[in-house]
Amino acid sequence: MAELALILLGALLVNNFVLAQFLGLCPFIGATGQYDAAAAMGLATTFVLTTSAATSYLVYHGVLVPLDLAYLKIIVFIVVIAAVVQLTEQYLRSTSPLLHQVLGIYLPLITTNCAVLGVALLSLQQDLSFAATLAYAMGAALGFSGVVVVFAAIRERLLNADVPAAFAGAPITLVTAGILSLAFMGFAGFAD
Amino acid sequence: MSLATTFTTSAIRANPAWTQLLGLCPLLAVSNSVVNALGLALATSFVAVGANVSISAARHVIPHFARLPCFVLIIATFTTCAVLLMEAFAFGLYLRMALFVQIIVTNCMILGRAEAFASRKGLLETLSDALGTACGFAIVLLALGTLRELLATGGLFAGMEMLFGATASSWHWQWSDTGQGLLLAALPPGAFLIAGLLLAFAKALLRQTQWQSSPPEAKR
Repeated sequence: MAELALILLGALLVNNFVLAQFLGLCPFIGATGQYDAAAAMGLATTFVLTTSAATSYLVYHGVLVPLDLAYLKIIVFIVVIAAVVQLTEQYLRSTSPLLHQVLGIYLPLITTNCAVLGVALLSLQQDLSFAATLAYAMGAALGFSGVVVVFAAIRERLLNADVPAAFAGAPITLVTAGILSLAFMGFAGFAD
Repeated sequence: MSLATTFTTSAIRANPAWTQLLGLCPLLAVSNSVVNALGLALATSFVAVGANVSISAARHVIPHFARLPCFVLIIATFTTCAVLLMEAFAFGLYLRMALFVQIIVTNCMILGRAEAFASRKGLLETLSDALGTACGFAIVLLALGTLRELLATGGLFAGMEMLFGATASSWHWQWSDTGQGLLLAALPPGAFLIAGLLLAFAKALLRQTQWQSSPPEAKR
């Protein structure tokens, strides 16, 4: 149990997927203009990321390894992720139209979020057990959502700041992310 | 539009890597040295050109409603080929950035060009567009890689033998005696900061030459 907690904490803070491993930067930069939107996207990503990591694990160890097709993992995982996204969308549409309205537009984008594929591939690379994969995926997803929400809040404040003309837009966003990443380096050594 | 204009437009003027910040993850993650940058640039170019040309060739066969899954599968196929090729011919380099070669699938720059260009245009045009996009990506990757390696280690071209064979080990050039530099440049925050500064520098230059195209805001 303690080991699982360490894995979760490690993926959440120490090796934060966005700020330390550079995964999921496109939504991190592209969809953090507004606080509410960022929170909704974080929620949708958390769900898809955890579910698809678990499904990928089962498909890899249940189908690909017995059939000796491990080299097809990239193609298979991307199909698994797309399927999870599609099913989530269908399910939300039929059970909770309100939630679907909030998360709907972010769901298709999650397929091309490299953090989702990254978690599936990284947990394989580290040879994690099923429970550890789940903890790792949860940590990664919560870390992603947390950072995205924090960053969206910072960017809303940044709108009122007097930014030099050359830095306006993308450059200041990157520099801000750099400073945030610097702050997260303070977690180094807590867990690996 | 002539093929040459297509090439320069997608390589420099409207390159997704800096006008829309697409494909940022590998750009920042693998740009800590020149050899890493070059390796990933080659792999990404291979996938971008191969996938986009195939998509263009098959554009009349792919049904419109299922085009995105088809594009992703084609890109995933070429990524798998790139992984297998790197495992065979540049294994040492592959180990350093295995994840980011596998993740080329989700590089939205490639999917973006497939959707916006390759699925509508002929083979030759697509080829020049894909080559241009890949070149633009490689330019940014190499610029970042050079700056970061120089700042972090005080040298350049370390480990080139992993890509070009044993003779390339003599290409390593060391400028500072201690072999140490600004460690920050090699760490994740340095990647964000240097990319931000580089982008601001490019923006200031463009502003002076009044040669700024107005790209649409990045959406993902």
